[in-house]
Amino acid sequence: MSETINFQVPTMAELMARGEEPEVLFWVGCAGSFDDRYKKVTIAFTKILNKLGIRFAVLGTEESCTGDPARRAGNEFLFQMLAIQNIEVLNGYNIKKIVTACPHCFNTLKNDYPALGGNYEVLHHSQFLQQLINEGKIKLQGGGEFKGKRITYHDSCYLGRANDVYEAPREVLQALDAELVEMKRSRRHGLCCGAGGGQMFKEAEPGNKEVNIERIEEALNTNPNVVAVACPFCMTMLADGIKNKEKETEVKVYDLAELIDRSL
Amino acid sequence: MFMIEQIIFIICLASVGYIAYKRIRRIIQNIRLGKDEVIKDNPSQRWQNTLLIAFGQKKMFDRPLVGLMHFVIYVGFLIINIEVLEIIIDGIAGTHRLFAPILGGFYTFLINFFEFLAVGVIVVCAIFLIRRNILRVKRLHARELTKWPLTDANLILTFEILLMLAFLTWNASDTVLRERGVEHYNIAGIGSFWFSGILSSLFEGWDTTALVVYERFAWWFHILGILGFGIYVTYSKHLHIAMAFPNTYFARLLPKGEMRNMPVVTKEVRLMLGLPETTNGNSDTSVSTESADATPGRFGAKDINDLSWKNLMDAYSCTECGRCTSECPANITGKLLSPRKIMMDTRDRMEEVGQQIESGKEAFTDGKSLLDNYITREELLACTTCNACVEVCPVSISPLDIILELRRYMIMEESSAPGSWNAMFSNEENNMAPWKFSPSDRFNWADQLKSGQ
Ligand code: SF4
Ligand code: SF4
Repeated sequence: MSETINFQVPTMAELMARGEEPEVLFWVGCAGSFDDRYKKVTIAFTKILNKLGIRFAVLGTEESCTGDPARRAGNEFLFQMLAIQNIEVLNGYNIKKIVTACPHCFNTLKNDYPALGGNYEVLHHSQFLQQLINEGKIKLQGGGEFKGKRITYHDSCYLGRANDVYEAPREVLQALDAELVEMKRSRRHGLCCGAGGGQMFKEAEPGNKEVNIERIEEALNTNPNVVAVACPFCMTMLADGIKNKEKETEVKVYDLAELIDRSL
Repeated sequence: MFMIEQIIFIICLASVGYIAYKRIRRIIQNIRLGKDEVIKDNPSQRWQNTLLIAFGQKKMFDRPLVGLMHFVIYVGFLIINIEVLEIIIDGIAGTHRLFAPILGGFYTFLINFFEFLAVGVIVVCAIFLIRRNILRVKRLHARELTKWPLTDANLILTFEILLMLAFLTWNASDTVLRERGVEHYNIAGIGSFWFSGILSSLFEGWDTTALVVYERFAWWFHILGILGFGIYVTYSKHLHIAMAFPNTYFARLLPKGEMRNMPVVTKEVRLMLGLPETTNGNSDTSVSTESADATPGRFGAKDINDLSWKNLMDAYSCTECGRCTSECPANITGKLLSPRKIMMDTRDRMEEVGQQIESGKEAFTDGKSLLDNYITREELLACTTCNACVEVCPVSISPLDIILELRRYMIMEESSAPGSWNAMFSNEENNMAPWKFSPSDRFNWADQLKSGQ
């Protein structure tokens, strides 16, 4: 069915010019906009939105970094500069509801922005997809590509512990009719991929192992076909881990949106 | 004879009371060295957390076996201390087992129950000593757990065993005296005690004078031990037996991902951007230690007085159990960071400043600070802000909060970020993204899609 669809990616500016309001703003995030691997996730999620006929919009070039890496690294000035400017844009468009495929953007928009005057209903794409599945709007073709495959889900810290979202991504995976296998450390006790808190943007401190290697070893212990992630940084870290273990032909790292899009 | 004993007892009690009072006042003053933070919201949720997590030890049962063993000590100590009430009244009034005639048969049941718990405490403490020193459980060995902290843990466990042994042998020797009908001990209506009954056979061959001496020794050892323990605890990681309760009550209820806002910065940034000063932000729901109008002190924290009082209370509540450290990704992969050490350092620094005040010196004039003298930058930089430490702490401590405040000081006051972070900052500033991409390319990802892949 996807071949026949003419994909649209409307911006808020365009919608505004037409006097329309979207149901939801898709916040793409920096990784979703610039990182070659995660751009695929952005595209997959956009396709899902198109296929389901959801009235969404993006900010396009009016979007800026939420400021999360700056804030967690300790640079509050820089964070607030970015955050307040974003809030001006969002409030200017009278945005009510936001969905994003990045747990860091999700957390910052949802938890950090209210104190600065930005109040929105913010959903992570796993929650958004879960709602669509529950409402029966996403109907996966029976016997899709991932049916019966072993999938292990890596909890992103900023989705899990930071915001207590543990079940939504798992329910999305369950819809694939795949075999969901849990790692030893999961949910509340999930092990970080090593990228949060600004680590993505610097060398790790001296130690005896990289965090992503520790995590991928645990993931590989479950003998998965797919390591499912819901975060751009986790994606990078775990994909690097798999390359390091020379397993990239057997084990793939996919985001939830890609898994759903390919089965839709 | 009894008069003298009573007087000595009252003097002991009063001195312990005085020492405890001074020490508790010191601890409260030390906590108050921290910045103000108003924590008043949602009392019903707070009480519920206190009930579940502190009283109910909910998080301890993450590790069911250890949780159960700890529960035995916890309940044992809580309940056996009811007996201390009788001992204290007996000590002051010169009576013996004052509650026995009042409670009748129930008294026998009660003492039996206490003895049952006492045996449980002895068994668990012995297992804990073995786990710590012979099995050498990994989480209980780290560079921050040498010297005093190691001795502290072992001392407490040994002491608890001795106290319980004193309680049991006191009952045993007392039983023999009662059975012999010795005056002062011959209280009618007390039934037999199960566990100390077994020990009684040890004392049967003793003559009455020796028995009385032992009975008095065990009684005094038990009660002075408990009183001494009460003082000792305030200098030890065992302060958690008291602090766990208020600390859980005051623990933050916000999503763990939310960071403390800095209204002073908001004010300045809005000014720089040419925006009106006020926002419609519901800042009353967010945590902040300063109001926007306060004279801006330091950005972030360099020393304990830059942290919130809740951070400092956290430090006094830490039991050094290392659950945090054992789940910390940085620590697991051999980095210097250990969230437990962050808490221990904060507490040590607080004690150090407290001692300065106590000795009449002005606080914070020793040229030392929490950052650098206790916690190094290498530790701070290793944190991934993953919240594993916060999630797992059984007494609701946030080591992450302290780490983030210290980082703020490093970055905002000293601009001492690693080079790669500085590059990230400048990208954020110039390109609105942490990477060096042009902001005008931000929407390019959609080109491919719109052109039909
Ligand atoms: S938040 Fe930081 S200190 Fe706490 S467990 Fe994660 S990496 Fe370790
Ligand atoms: S911070 Fe909490 S988990 Fe960590 S050692 Fe202290 S009490 Fe244990």
